This record gives sequence, C-alpha cells and structure tokens, in this order.
Amino acid sequence: MAKIWVFAEVTPEGKADTTALEILTKARSLGGELEAVALGPGATQAAKELGEYGATTVHASDDDVYSDYVAQPAAQALYQLCREHSPELILFAQQYDSRDIAGRLSAKTGSTLMTNVMDIPDTNTAKTAIFGGTTIVDVALEGEPKLVMIRPKSFAPEASGGEASVVPVEVSISDELKKAKRVERHEEAASGPKLDEAPVVVSGGRGLQEPGNFELLEQLAGAIGNAAVGATRAVVDSGWVPYALQIGQTGITVKPSVYIAFGISGATQHLVGMKGAKKIVAINKDEDAPIFQIADLGVVGDALKVLPALIEEVKKRKG
Amino acid sequence: MNIVVCVKHIPDPNLPPEMDGTRLKREGVQGVLDPGDEFGVEAGLQLKEQHGGEVTLVSMGPPAAREAITRGLSMGADKGILVSDDALQNADALVTARVLAAAIKRAEFDLVIAGVESTDGYTGTMPATLAEFLDVPMITFVKELENAEGNLKVDRQTADGYHVVEAPLPALITVTAGVNEPRYASFKGIMAAKKKPVDELSLADLGLSGDDVASKQTVKELSPAEERKAGEVVEDDGTAAEKIADFLAEAKVI
Ligand SMILES: Cc1cc2nc3c(=O)[nH]c(=O)nc-3n(C[C@H](O)[C@H](O)[C@H](O)COP(=O)(O)OP(=O)(O)OC[C@H]3O[C@@H](n4cnc5c(N)ncnc54)[C@H](O)[C@@H]3O)c2cc1C
Ligand SMILES: Nc1ncnc2c1ncn2[C@@H]1O[C@H](COP(=O)(O)O)[C@@H](O)[C@H]1O
Repeated sequence: MAKIWVFAEVTPEGKADTTALEILTKARSLGGELEAVALGPGATQAAKELGEYGATTVHASDDDVYSDYVAQPAAQALYQLCREHSPELILFAQQYDSRDIAGRLSAKTGSTLMTNVMDIPDTNTAKTAIFGGTTIVDVALEGEPKLVMIRPKSFAPEASGGEASVVPVEVSISDELKKAKRVERHEEAASGPKLDEAPVVVSGGRGLQEPGNFELLEQLAGAIGNAAVGATRAVVDSGWVPYALQIGQTGITVKPSVYIAFGISGATQHLVGMKGAKKIVAINKDEDAPIFQIADLGVVGDALKVLPALIEEVKKRKG
Repeated sequence: MNIVVCVKHIPDPNLPPEMDGTRLKREGVQGVLDPGDEFGVEAGLQLKEQHGGEVTLVSMGPPAAREAITRGLSMGADKGILVSDDALQNADALVTARVLAAAIKRAEFDLVIAGVESTDGYTGTMPATLAEFLDVPMITFVKELENAEGNLKVDRQTADGYHVVEAPLPALITVTAGVNEPRYASFKGIMAAKKKPVDELSLADLGLSGDDVASKQTVKELSPAEERKAGEVVEDDGTAAEKIADFLAEAKVI
C-alpha cells in the first residue's frame, strides 16, 4: 500500500498548522497509509490533532534543534526517515519553513519537487497553476519519494476523528547542520480575526494614495466586525503596512465570504491570493481595472469617498 | 567578500506569455532580467561597496540570457557566468540548482544571493535546493541585512513579523523586494559592461552529463483555469456606500 506523508508545521503550544489539517483531509481520499511528520517543540502534543484529521502515525520530535536552526536539521531528519520508511509521496505546505525544508530534501533525495500545487487528484498527478493562476497544468508525479508542495487553502480541513500513534524521531543532528540560527523572534499577534480566517477581508492597494488612509480600512473592519485588513504587495513594498497583510502569490491566500478591494488594480499575482472568495466587491476609479473582471459588485469611483461613507452606512445599519 | 548573485532571464512579464507546446516559450521572445533579481544585484553591490570584493552574476538559460547578465553588469557587477546548453531546455528547479551549484563551486565564494521567487516560474525552491548542493546554511525571505562581514545577521520575514537569524559564511540568502531600492544603470555603467568578462559554459565544461540534468517533470495536460465572471459594475453616483452595504447584508456579513 502506498505510504503518504504529510509534513506538518506545529507551534510550540502543540497546535498543528491549519495547512497540515487541510492537506491531511485531502490525502485521506488518496488511499494508502497516511502518516505525518512533525518536528520541533509541540510536535508530540500536536500528534493528537493530526490523528483527528487522518494521520495514523505521527513521526514526532520535540527537539529545539528543529526550531532554533533554519531548515537544515529538519531536512536531514526527513531524509533519514525517508531512507528508513520509504514513503511514496511527501506533501508539504507552500510556506516559509516547509518550503526551505522541501527544497533541501529535493537535493538530498534527487527527486523533483512540484510546487504551487492546488490539487492532487491521485498519487501520480498534481494540478498546478501557472501564469498567475490563469492556466492549469496537470503534471505527472515522479521520484522516490515524490515531493509535492501545496498552496495553503487549497482544501477545507475536516476532521475524521481518528487517532495517531506517535513514533519518536531519533536522528542525530551534527553541528555542521546547526548554522542558520534564529536569535530573536518578533511577531505581533494581530488584534481581531486572523486575516486568513476572517469571513470578511477589506483590502487596500496603491489607490488609497497614502499610508494614513489604511486607518479607514481598520475602521471599516471594526464596523463590520469579524473582518480583517489586507493589502497588495505594492503598498507592502512601499512600507505602508507590514508584510503580514500581503495577499497574493508571494503573500497569503484568503477565502473569505466577502472580499472588498479598495484601489487595487487586480494584477494576476494579487488575484491568485483572493479569487477563491465567495463574493468580491471592488472599488476603483478606473473602469478598465482588471479587478472588475472578477468582481461580483464593481464600483467605479473614488475609494477615498466611498470608504468613509461606507463606514457610516455600516454603523448605521448595525445600529 | 566574494559575492555571487543568481540572475534569471525571463520573458518580459509585461507581455502576454507565449507557449511552445506545453512549455513557456523562452527563445525568440523579448526577455528581461527578472525584476525580483534586481534586488539581489543591488544587495550584492551594496555589500561590495561596504566590504570590498567582487560581485559575480550567474545565470542558467538560453544564449539570450546573457542580456540579464549584461544588465546586472551595467548596474555595477564585475563579471558573469552563463551556463547554456540545449540539454537544459526542460530544466526544473532541481536541475537548475544542480547546474548553478556546479558553476558557483568553480570559485571561492562567501555569499550567494538569489531572489525569493522568480517572476515566471515562482517555485521559490531553487535557492534552497542550491544551498543544499553547495552545503551551506541558507536564510530565505531576507528583508534586512544587518551585518554580512564574518558572520551574517539578517531579518527574515515570517507570516506574522520577522526573525533575526545569524549564520556563518559562506551562506546563501534570498532577498525580498523590501530589502533595498535597485539602482538604475548609468550610461557609463552600460558602456563599462561591454568590457566586463562573461564566461559561457556548457554542461561538459561543468563536468555534468545529460543524465544529470534530465527533468523529471512531465506535463500531461494544459487547460485554462476556471475564470470568475464579472458581475454588476456601477458608477458611483453618491449611492455606492448604500449599494455595497446592501450587498454585504445580502451576503449576511453585516
Ligand atoms: C513575482 C511577483 C510576485 C508578486 N506577488 C504579489 C502578491 O503576493 N500580492 C500582490 O498584491 N501583488 C504581487 N505582485 C505585484 C503585482 O504584480 C502588482 O504590482 C500589485 O498587486 C499592484 O498593487 P496595487 O493594485 O495596489 O497597485 P496598482 O497596480 O498601482 O493599482 C492601483 C489601483 O488603484 C486605482 N486607484 C487610484 N486612485 C484611486 C482612488 N482614489 N480610488 C479608487 N481607485 C484608485 C488605480 O486605478 C489602480 O487600478 C507580485 C509581482 C511579482 C513580479
Ligand atoms: N535559471 C536561473 N538562473 C539563475 N538564477 C535562477 C534561475 N532560476 C532561478 N534562479 C534564482 O532563484 C530564484 C528563485 O527562483 P524560482 O525557484 O524559480 O522561483 C530567482 O529569483 C533567481 O535568483
């Protein structure tokens, strides 16, 4: 029977990253033996959740070495595990740490790594999107193991209620692999709902003219409630808002019930991160802006006029 | 410091992509230095200005990829290496990394710089695979270079902020668009670039064979993505806020 592995990122508090649960949910439908690998503080504790989403076994190590040092120890451990257990397919989430680890593993195993995957119809095929998501490509998976990296939010996570047995990972990591060391962590937990989980995303682009106007988006999000603020890369690169708000190809993917775009042109690299929204509203002063091609409601107008009026209107209706 | 910057030559992203069967057409189309790699070149040049040394540009691609190198040379880099070979037409990230590693290893280096992801391929994994072949530590998503002499110290972007990461040299980093403001090539720079050395290498020059570079990715099928349809588009006649609020109410989010 095919052995399928999901590489799960975990938090020190013992929570599995949502991407791992998404991928496990999909992987259950592929048949075969489904297992997870989790490395770093919190791994053993996260095994329970991974089990609930379909992993029957979790190869886990709580060793700090996997979180203190970037990618090298984890890639080495995965490689050792591959040699011992010969999985047929390893699935990763396309995000920071997993990406580095998968890239390194590809060199070690000599197997090609499929990236930007949005679906795996079976263990031999990956669907990926090219040209900013406008063209779908079916690619034949090859390699021992086959390595696949899946875009976050490609599948909706659904628990199956299983239970995983934990197999401790015991790999010795030489000093040679302890080089790129994290010495400080600066992470601000955002107030309000998380951007990738919020049912409503109000997002701004260069059309908002100046950084101060992002405050209006905050106010609108506050008025709507249960809404988060997002941004395009253009404004992130200009330093208006932190990178954590960037939506798109090199940022995060959101799938809210409603996405409201203020002063965003609709470049393919932005669209790929938000076109999974159920409904899209766009406000842009250029009637030819590409964002209108995918908007359910488009308003040709000045975002700086519409925004304050909308804040008042929403407040009024919510009473 | 000996700095190596990976530069990719890509079809002009402002023109609609042309296909050659199931592959992106790369020859006979207007090409440019990947805009993402300009940040890498700039980072290399700034380090050279601070610490001395040399900036070498390395690229794998068709003969026309030399344009990308020339562009970086006119910004101020010292020399280039172009690996070009018919056998590389199908190269995936793994093959690209193997080839670039072989080219980079021919000389001593302190730091290799690449983009976070290429504009046309956007796998974003080539640099990690390259770091593994070079057997050096790697820090991706660098948004600020705090120090590079002796020990590397950088700010690495994360989902919710950033981490400060340190590594001994030699090392590899990938830089984000926020890291610097790439300079324009001056007229003098453009003239000087013409005289700078560019090594053109084949696979045989690198001691690699066709087997080493056989891509394992086969495309089965191409199809257009399902497109969303445009809905109603209205001019703002002063009632846009009400229309949007109605829409939000209908979607049951207010
Ligand atoms: C490799 C790569 C990866 C990328 N990844 C991402 C990514 O992850 N996310 C992302 O967003 N981008 C990404 N980009 C950048 C992308 O190509 C666009 O440059 C970017 O999305 C544009 O942002 P924008 O819409 O804010 O700005 P612009 O394209 O400048 O659009 C501004 C819009 O505002 C409108 N406007 C101006 N004034 C007003 C007003 N008063 N009221 C209403 N409308 C107004 C204008 O008509 C225009 O349409 C990437 C690019 C590359 C090459
Ligand atoms: N053929 C190539 N030649 C030189 N550098 C490359 C090549 N392909 C990728 N790179 C580098 O690797 C980075 C990431 O590319 P990718 O993995 O294709 O997204 C790019 O920004 C370049 O710096």
